[in-house]
Amino acid sequence: MTAITGAAARPGRAVPALASVAVITGRNLRRLIRVPTLLVFATVQPVLFVLLFSYAFGGAIRVPGASRYVDYLLPGIFVLSIGFGASQTGVAIAEDLATGMIDRFRSLPIPGAAVLAGRVVADALRNLFVVALMTGTGAAIGFRFHAGPAAALAAVALAVAAGAAFSWLNLLLGLAVRDPESAGLAGLLPVIILFFTSSALVPVATMPGWLQAFARANPITVITGALRALCLGGPTARPAAEAVAWILCLLAITIPAAVVRYRHAAST
Amino acid sequence: MADAAIVAEGLGKRFGPVLALDGVDLMLAAGGVLGLLGPNGAGKTTLVRILATLLRPDRGRARVAGLDVTGQPQAVRRLIGLSGQYAAVDPFLTGEENLAMIGRLHGLPRRQARRRAAELAGRLGLAGAAGRLARTYSGGMRRRLDLAASLLAAPPVLFLDEPTTGLDPHGRLELWQVLAELSAGGTSLLLTTQYIEEAERLATTIVILGHGSVIASGPPGQLRAQAGGDRLEAQALPGQDPRQLARALAPLGTAEPAVDEAAGRVIMPVTGGAGILPAVAGRLADAGLGVSELALRRPTLEEAFLALTGQPASGPAGQARPAPSARSAR
Repeated sequence: MTAITGAAARPGRAVPALASVAVITGRNLRRLIRVPTLLVFATVQPVLFVLLFSYAFGGAIRVPGASRYVDYLLPGIFVLSIGFGASQTGVAIAEDLATGMIDRFRSLPIPGAAVLAGRVVADALRNLFVVALMTGTGAAIGFRFHAGPAAALAAVALAVAAGAAFSWLNLLLGLAVRDPESAGLAGLLPVIILFFTSSALVPVATMPGWLQAFARANPITVITGALRALCLGGPTARPAAEAVAWILCLLAITIPAAVVRYRHAAST
Repeated sequence: MADAAIVAEGLGKRFGPVLALDGVDLMLAAGGVLGLLGPNGAGKTTLVRILATLLRPDRGRARVAGLDVTGQPQAVRRLIGLSGQYAAVDPFLTGEENLAMIGRLHGLPRRQARRRAAELAGRLGLAGAAGRLARTYSGGMRRRLDLAASLLAAPPVLFLDEPTTGLDPHGRLELWQVLAELSAGGTSLLLTTQYIEEAERLATTIVILGHGSVIASGPPGQLRAQAGGDRLEAQALPGQDPRQLARALAPLGTAEPAVDEAAGRVIMPVTGGAGILPAVAGRLADAGLGVSELALRRPTLEEAFLALTGQPASGPAGQARPAPSARSAR
C-alpha cells in the first residue's frame, strides 16, 4: 500500500521552467530515434535531397556567383529539409492532443509553454544534426564554405533559427487543425509552395515577371539568400538582417498564438 | 468544509448551443470515494475536466484539496492525479520512461523519479514489462500504466474518468482492488462510470448526473432505495404467457412489473434483497407457474434513471443535446 500512497516526496513548489523543458526535450529526442517516420525525415531524406537535386538539376542549371551548382543549392536544401521535418512537429502535437497526452501534461504543475518549448528545443538539436549531415553529404560531392568559419557558423545558426520559427508555426497548425494527418499536410503544403516559388533551386531572375515579385518577398528566398551569402561570400549584412527580421516576425506571431491555443487545448 | 477533498457550487459550462453543466453542486469529504454516474453526454467528463483545472467553468466555483481550481490552478495540480478516458501514455517510451518523465515533471529528482517509477510499475503488475515500449502493451496494461502515471506524486485527490472502460472482467477486478487500497490509504477518489455496480462497489457517495444536472446524490444504499431497490427478473417457460407471471408476482413489487411479451420476460422493482426469494417461490407455486430463469440484480443505470426522474436516460431530450464531452469534437 505504501507503494501507492506513500513514499514520494511532494515538492511544495512549482516545477522550474527550464527543468520541465529539458524533460520534454528528452522525451522528443527519444521519440526521434524510435519513431521510424521521424528517423527517415532526419536522416535519409536530407541526404536524398542533396544528391537528387544536385545530380538531377546540376547539369542543366548555371547560376551566378557560384562555381558549382551544389554550392548554390545547399543553402536552399537546408531550408527545405528543415521545413519538411518541422511538419512532423505539427503531427506530433496533434497526436498528443488526440491521445490525451496534452490533458495529462496540462494537469501537471509545469508552465504551459514548457511542453511546446521542449519540442522546439528537440527540433533545434535535430536540425543541427540535419545541417551537419547535409553539409557532409554536400562536401562529398564538392560543396565548400567559401566565407570562412565564422560565416559558416552564422549560417548554421541562421538555419537553426529558421527551424525554430517553422517548429512554432507547425505547433500552432497542429493545435489548430487537431487531426494528425491534416496537420502534416497543413505543415508541408506551404513549404512546398514557397520552396518552388523561391530562389532555393534557381535564381529569381529566371522566373516569369509576375512571379518574380512574389519570389523576392518569399521568406524562403530571403532566408536562403542570407544563408547563401554566409556560405558563398559577398555582402551579408542586409540579407542576414532581412532573414532575421522574417524569423522574428514569425516567432512573434506563432509563439503567443501557439501558447494560447495550448492553454485552451481540448476545451472547445 | 476545511477537510473536504472536493467542493463544487453551481458549476455551469456551455459549449456553443450545448449546455454541458447546468449548476452542479457536489461535495466529497477527504478520504471518501465519489462515484459520478451518468449516461454518455451527461456532463461527467466536463465536470472532471473543470475540477482537474483543464477547463474553466462559465459560472460557479470549485475547490479541490481546499484550493480554488480557477484561482490557483498550479497549486491544485500539485495535489491531484488525473487518469482520463483514454490511456495517455507515450507509445514510443518504455513503461518506466513514461513514469519517470511524469515524476520529473512533478519536480522529483532524476533518481527519485526512477525509483518511484519502478515502485509503481511493480505495484500495478507492470514490473516485467517496464522496460518495453508502451506501444507493445495490451489495452489493460496501458490503462494500468496510465493509472500509475496519475499516482506518481502520491496525490491526495485522484480523478478517474471511466477507469474501467475497455478492461476485461479480470482487469476490472484488479483495478477495483487497487482503487480500494488507494482509498484505504487515505486518497480521495472521484471516479466516473456508467455502471451502477462499479459505483456501488467503490463509492461512499454516489452522484447521478443527467443532462448536466445532479439528478440524485447520496450514499449507495439510500440511492438504491430511491431507485426502487433491486430488480427481479423472471423468464416465463416457453409457450407460457408472461402476463400470468406478472400478475402472480405483482404484489411483491414496489412498482408495477414491466412485461416484455416478445421475450417472455417480466422485470419488477423489489426491496429486501435475497430475502424476497422464498416469497417469490411461494407465489409461483400457488399459481402453478414455472420459470426458466429467475434473477435478482441491481437496477441498470437506465432503470435507475427512469425510476428517479420518470424519464429515460437517453431519450429524445438526450439526443437533442449532443454529447458535451470535449473529445466528441475530435
